[in-house]
Amino acid sequence: MTARLFLVQRLTAVILAPLVLVHLGVIVYAVRNGLSAGEILDRTRGSLGWAAFYGGFVLTVSVHGAIGLRAALIEWGGQGRRTAARVALAAALLLLVLGLRAVWAVVGGGAP
Amino acid sequence: MIRPARNHPGYWAFLLHRLTGLTLVLFLPAHFLVLGLALDAAALDGAIAWTARPLVKFGEWGIVVLLAAHMTGGVRLLMLELLPWSERQKTRIAVSLGLAAMFGVAFALGLV
Amino acid sequence: MSPDAGIEVRIWRGGAQGRYETFRAPRRENQTVLDIVTWIQREADPTLAYRFACRVGVCGSCAMTVNGKPRWTCRTHVSKVASGGRLTIAPLRNLTVIKDLACEMTPFFEKWRRARGRFEAAISRDDPLVPVSPESPERRAADAAIECINCAVCHAACDVVAWRGDYLGPAALNRAWAAWNDVRDGDRTAVLAAAGAEAGCGNCHSHQSCAEHCPVGINPTRSIAGLKRAGLAALLRGAL
Repeated sequence: MTARLFLVQRLTAVILAPLVLVHLGVIVYAVRNGLSAGEILDRTRGSLGWAAFYGGFVLTVSVHGAIGLRAALIEWGGQGRRTAARVALAAALLLLVLGLRAVWAVVGGGAP
Repeated sequence: MIRPARNHPGYWAFLLHRLTGLTLVLFLPAHFLVLGLALDAAALDGAIAWTARPLVKFGEWGIVVLLAAHMTGGVRLLMLELLPWSERQKTRIAVSLGLAAMFGVAFALGLV
Repeated sequence: MSPDAGIEVRIWRGGAQGRYETFRAPRRENQTVLDIVTWIQREADPTLAYRFACRVGVCGSCAMTVNGKPRWTCRTHVSKVASGGRLTIAPLRNLTVIKDLACEMTPFFEKWRRARGRFEAAISRDDPLVPVSPESPERRAADAAIECINCAVCHAACDVVAWRGDYLGPAALNRAWAAWNDVRDGDRTAVLAAAGAEAGCGNCHSHQSCAEHCPVGINPTRSIAGLKRAGLAALLRGAL
């Protein structure tokens, strides 16, 4: 891992730790009476706060997950740096696009 | 033949961190796709109904525990790397596992 | 076990492709694993290849894999490691076997160079000596890393080295940490650049197998964590 990738990986980790903590809290809270789409969407629809929270979450997790995947591909997958970088980049884009789409779906999109 | 050299808490903690990280990267696209169904609330409720199956529910619980373990283990690593060295690394591994287990119990209590 | 019952010893024979050969050696009081290997070479099979020099834990040349763990054979008593009256002795992991228990050490030392483990003087011999206080944080940090005798036990214990052969490994990075803490060095940032490049300190996953197995109690994981911190700080300062 280059010094720059190392910095980004640790920086995203520092950001992700509190985000995950809040997310875990939300999960435990959300399931206390059973999950329902209505309850989730009541909480999230039109909320700029949740949009920023989960938008930032998606962004950092896409980067963090991709760099971790790159390391695993080289160390466990026997891949060269070039292949590992390409797969990691593809994974980052996939996570980013699907993630932002999911955030849009629960915050902005569709009728409640 | 070389197994005995690995048999210490630091190696097991790494293995847990790598495996939970990889599982989360694989799980996230599915998670995002399901949330993307919120574009149509009925579809999301359909997906949530599917997660009420005991096996799926158990899997969900597993993912939450993995996320908690990756987070507490990650904070431990950040402390190892960014703070002055401590000789209590094995204690910290135990604490990080204990905290992850606590989240697991909390979520299990919320689920039932 | 009574001293004269003897001991069954499986020893690796051949190169990368090889097999274990079983010998029976006499047991003695205060016997080291190196004593056993030497007895086998002298009394049972003179073609057995292995390396040693000082026999007292100073030279760092007799490291082998003993019952699965990398160790100095000269400082390992048979009574401490022989499980069920058996010993399995193999060459060190993560190095190319030349023959039997002897490994090619060149790639190991090449990594020391790649990690910029050498001292680059900032001044000449005509200049006055630079005082370094034994109490300074840099000197203390270097002290904790400097007793390494290049035996490659940590290199053999490291899983990241096993997974990607280009990883600098704990020994070279521990040396880089000592070099970085040498305030007399003329270009300390070069150490961080070399140690922090791809396959350098950023690839350490802190298994701490190196620290578990180091015979002199050095903690390379601690040194590598120091390099990571120093590298991050330099990068954020824009010095790297």
